Amino acid sequence: MTMRVAVTVNGTEYARDVEPRLLLIHFIRDELGLTGSHWGCDTSNCGSCVVWLDATPVKACTVLAAMADGRIVRTVEDLEQDGCLDPVQQGFIECHGLQCGFCTPGMMMTARWLLDRNPDPAEAEIREVLSGLLCRCTGYENIVRSVRWAAQHPAGHPGESP
Amino acid sequence: MQVPSHVEYERATSVEHALALLGRPDHRVLAGGHSLIPMMKLRLAQPGVLVDINGLAELSYIKLDGAELRIGALARHADLLDSAVAGQHFPIFHDAERVVADPIVRLWGTIGGSLCQADPSEDLSAVFAAVRAIAVIRGQDGDREVPVREFHLGPYETVIGPGELLAEIRVPVQPGTGSAYEKVARRVGDWSVAAAGAVLRLEKHKIKEAGIGLTAVAAEHFVAAEAEDYLRGKPATEQNFEQAAKIAAEHCHPVPDQRGPEDYKRHLVAELTTRALRRAAARAGASA
Repeated sequence: MTMRVAVTVNGTEYARDVEPRLLLIHFIRDELGLTGSHWGCDTSNCGSCVVWLDATPVKACTVLAAMADGRIVRTVEDLEQDGCLDPVQQGFIECHGLQCGFCTPGMMMTARWLLDRNPDPAEAEIREVLSGLLCRCTGYENIVRSVRWAAQHPAGHPGESP
Repeated sequence: MQVPSHVEYERATSVEHALALLGRPDHRVLAGGHSLIPMMKLRLAQPGVLVDINGLAELSYIKLDGAELRIGALARHADLLDSAVAGQHFPIFHDAERVVADPIVRLWGTIGGSLCQADPSEDLSAVFAAVRAIAVIRGQDGDREVPVREFHLGPYETVIGPGELLAEIRVPVQPGTGSAYEKVARRVGDWSVAAAGAVLRLEKHKIKEAGIGLTAVAAEHFVAAEAEDYLRGKPATEQNFEQAAKIAAEHCHPVPDQRGPEDYKRHLVAELTTRALRRAAARAGASA
């Protein structure tokens, strides 16, 4: 049996008939074709699937699409606005915050949420907020630097002094 | 790929609506879902219908009401961690919430869900048992109050019956009280190998009342009642804390598993109980 799920994702309204058991991450990737959010461990450990649900980050492998009905979802595709990268994205470029890139969408969506709440987080706070996300490449050092870079460059442009 | 079994979905629009939806025997309440959905994905849980209560804002609050801290069942872990009033009266809540899962999961997992999940390794069961909280359970015929120490019947089993919903947790606030939680886990965000929570109410350095909660070591009702009995009426000294901790370690029933052998877990109970009592006493002194 299916149910109608209507969600606003990155400002666009979508409605699909899906099974209530469908997970939000599969709804976003398979039903809507937005494959920026990654489906990783499937056990709410790795955080690669983090998206915003009504402005709060959530591991989308542990939420049903049905729970998002009538709500607002924001994914990594929405970070870039009018051809301008979000400072967090630019920070990951500047500081080599990714190697394979698998964890990156979750890292960036979580980092953007953190910076919206605290524009100048200390390293310890960045590490704490990212502690529920796994990166198997970088050892986290460059990810933390990337978030710090974004904090120091709120306009996002490289070369701009803090 | 982990896929839950077929399930129906209902969204409650009010507590009354939720109670009406909870009539079916194969229903499960869906709050944060961060325990239930993983269990459904593993087919350890196969409910027929989910009743989503995430929209019930009236169950989402943390407030001081007279001599009671009242926590709505739908308050999130992050809400409790962010609550200044909760942390002021019960630092044990903040100690514990800092080590429950991770910050993203804490934004969704709920206080009521943690208690209702009744996982033997869940931190908050021991914490709320230690502070002698009261669970307010709502049904079609009104509310009933059950001490958290009588709330859990066993692993994954509570006293909540068909057609009932955990609505609120109430914690009595008393002056001169200090509390703390100490946990050892294999890695950040993991379940406890063992953990201990302590609550002490002091009067002129003497222990008027003690609460000790134990996590993941199969303590009956998540508490160390014998150790509490030992402490009551005694001076708050290091020696008494160590003796009480030893009693707590003797009376629990840790099971050897991938997180460690039995003797190691008993050792942790003794050490963590001592540390929690020490910090609780220091905090009680500071608040008196």
